[in-house]
Amino acid sequence: MSDDAADEKKHTISLLMSNKPGVLTRIALVFARRRFNIDSLVVSPGQTEEFSRMTIEARGNDKTLSLMLAQLNRLVDVIHAVDHVNDDVIQRELALFKISCMPEKRTEILQIADTFRGQTVDIGDETITLQITGKSVKVDAFRKMVSPFGIMEIVRTGKVLMSRGAEATA
Amino acid sequence: MKNMKTAAEVMLDVLYESGVRHVFGIPGGNCIPIYDALTHHSLDLVLTRHEQGATHMADGYARSSGRIGVVCVTSGPGATNTLTGILTAMMDSVPMLVITGQSSTPNIGLDAFQEADVMGMSFPAVKHSYMVTDAQDIARIIREALHIATTGRPGPVLVDIPKDISAAVIDPSIETDYNLPGFKEVPAADSADMETAAMMINRSQRPVILAGHGVILSGASEELRAVAEKMEIPVITTLLGKGGFPDTHKLSLGMPGMHGTAYANKALPASDLIICIGGRWDDRITGNPDKFCVHSKKIHFDIDPVEIGKIIPVDCSVIGDAKASLIALLPLLEKGDTARWVKQVTRWRREFPLKYRKEGRLRAQHIIEELSEMAGTEAVSCADVGQHQMWSAQFSKCTRGENWITTGGAGTMGFGLPAAIGAQLARPDDLVYTVVGDGCFQMTLCELATAAVRKLPIKILVVNNNYLGMVRQWQHLFYEDRLTGVDLEGNPDFVKLAAAYGIKGFRVKRSSDVRKTLKAALEWNEGPCLIEAVVEPHDNVFPMIPAGATLDEMIIEAPRRKKSVPAEGEEKSA
Repeated sequence: MSDDAADEKKHTISLLMSNKPGVLTRIALVFARRRFNIDSLVVSPGQTEEFSRMTIEARGNDKTLSLMLAQLNRLVDVIHAVDHVNDDVIQRELALFKISCMPEKRTEILQIADTFRGQTVDIGDETITLQITGKSVKVDAFRKMVSPFGIMEIVRTGKVLMSRGAEATA
Repeated sequence: MKNMKTAAEVMLDVLYESGVRHVFGIPGGNCIPIYDALTHHSLDLVLTRHEQGATHMADGYARSSGRIGVVCVTSGPGATNTLTGILTAMMDSVPMLVITGQSSTPNIGLDAFQEADVMGMSFPAVKHSYMVTDAQDIARIIREALHIATTGRPGPVLVDIPKDISAAVIDPSIETDYNLPGFKEVPAADSADMETAAMMINRSQRPVILAGHGVILSGASEELRAVAEKMEIPVITTLLGKGGFPDTHKLSLGMPGMHGTAYANKALPASDLIICIGGRWDDRITGNPDKFCVHSKKIHFDIDPVEIGKIIPVDCSVIGDAKASLIALLPLLEKGDTARWVKQVTRWRREFPLKYRKEGRLRAQHIIEELSEMAGTEAVSCADVGQHQMWSAQFSKCTRGENWITTGGAGTMGFGLPAAIGAQLARPDDLVYTVVGDGCFQMTLCELATAAVRKLPIKILVVNNNYLGMVRQWQHLFYEDRLTGVDLEGNPDFVKLAAAYGIKGFRVKRSSDVRKTLKAALEWNEGPCLIEAVVEPHDNVFPMIPAGATLDEMIIEAPRRKKSVPAEGEEKSA
């Protein structure tokens, strides 16, 4: 489909599902069959051990995504799957940055980290490792700021989300 | 410890209590505990010769009776052989339970003999699947599996049982409850959607109903008929919806799409409203979805939300069971004026009838039409896939959905014979016949033994054109007649082949012998019989809409000039 790329959007889907072996595969297959690449995926135990919670970030057009949501909801092990593309929800991600850092650059890097409320988690003769939390765009912005120093490694947890106020997270 | 039983025995008890009477399959090492339990159980084991055959038998059993079909096979290759049948059932929404043996728990994942990750392989092709890891769960899992397979939009469910689990001794009185928090029951249709649908139907002047398999699965034929008759709306039935509305009804337009009737294919784009009930806008109907009936409004009634807008955007959708929805819809309908439209459609039906040449060599259409007529509308008619299937859909008359059994979505060669065996077992008192091509037949012909052993009086019509006819037709029409891989040179003598299984065989080569031979075959009552019809080898199925084209690009009759390519096919040289 030629117009796919044009209306591609980043979607964040949250799922509540049975905590059983194989469920992750069933969910991943729904994405793979329509050739949707999963950008990030976070699985964690739910409030009770019967359930797991999953947050998936994927890019694609709205029509395919709404079909995939219906297909996810059709899975017997999925309690529900909801897309949050237009919702105002709390979003967080954690990232670790290992940056090349000679002693003379330390202050400068720490100043940037401070602006982003980053934490220093490891420091050595030639490297510094910083932890950044917040919305994904904040992590992206930090990455841009420190890339001139030389980023050696980045590990991101992927996005998690929760609904605001008294409303239960879908 | 008197009441202890093996998990296998408990499983069979649960199946029997749930109304299951037949189990189709063939054993192997890892399902011996289950087969051992079958030796002293009231369930009837139907021994098949191949696992694919077992699944199609269960499929035909389910489609002809509305009861779930149950399969039990061994691990590894036994289980992988069922995948084709599972896909066939999944594509056509047929309730099926497939029980597979598995290596003993400690050996799973270690490449043990006949071990395969069947659970993993099943994921894209099943409605749901289980592996039993605790023998005490067996009753719950089997109950859940039966429930899932038969509730909502039906489908196949696979239960993989390691050998040590099926052999384990358990206390059957301890049973855990259903645990299906994610299984969505079908909601009642939304009343606002229903009112919108009713309003659109009431306002329409040129409506047409497109009835799919969902009508049959939900048992909504009577309700469909009531709506069509009250509103005087012509009804088109899809390949799998055939029989959901009587072929003999004056409002019936038969099948649409690639090899559908010319009048159905003319009515669809000329309509102002298409009411699809339990269908899924298959590509064999819509062709290019962007150009499909762009001037008609569309309503979609379906039980599965996934189907709404999947292929064709619709103006109104009603999610729910077809029968319940039609019952709710009927009182909201007010008869409009469709008389002119019905007249127009009737004129098309008169002007562009389905036809074939009766002179010259025997035509497949001829014997298929005769067989349907002589067998009557109470008979169960099965078909495989390909040219003979399209001719069966075109020329056999069907008035009940459970009497028409064919492989739609998957188009699985080899379906026809085992499906007929399953249907005959489900309905022992009814006449069952199957129309198969010489290509399809040879994919599962080992099941002749199953039919013979059981002395099932099925009539097997082998339409022999010595070709994979449908592929040959495409190569002829769209690949400048470059035939490759379609000549079935080396076909056996089918009558002798039948004899080798102790099955009565007939052969017919001339049109004038059709009635006489069919009469003899229909009167044959000592087990199955096979009728080989040696037919015109170069016949093609018409009307035809090339794949991906639109309904108005239909080729109604065979172009007189040979070797036509698609672009020329339309100009109708004659």
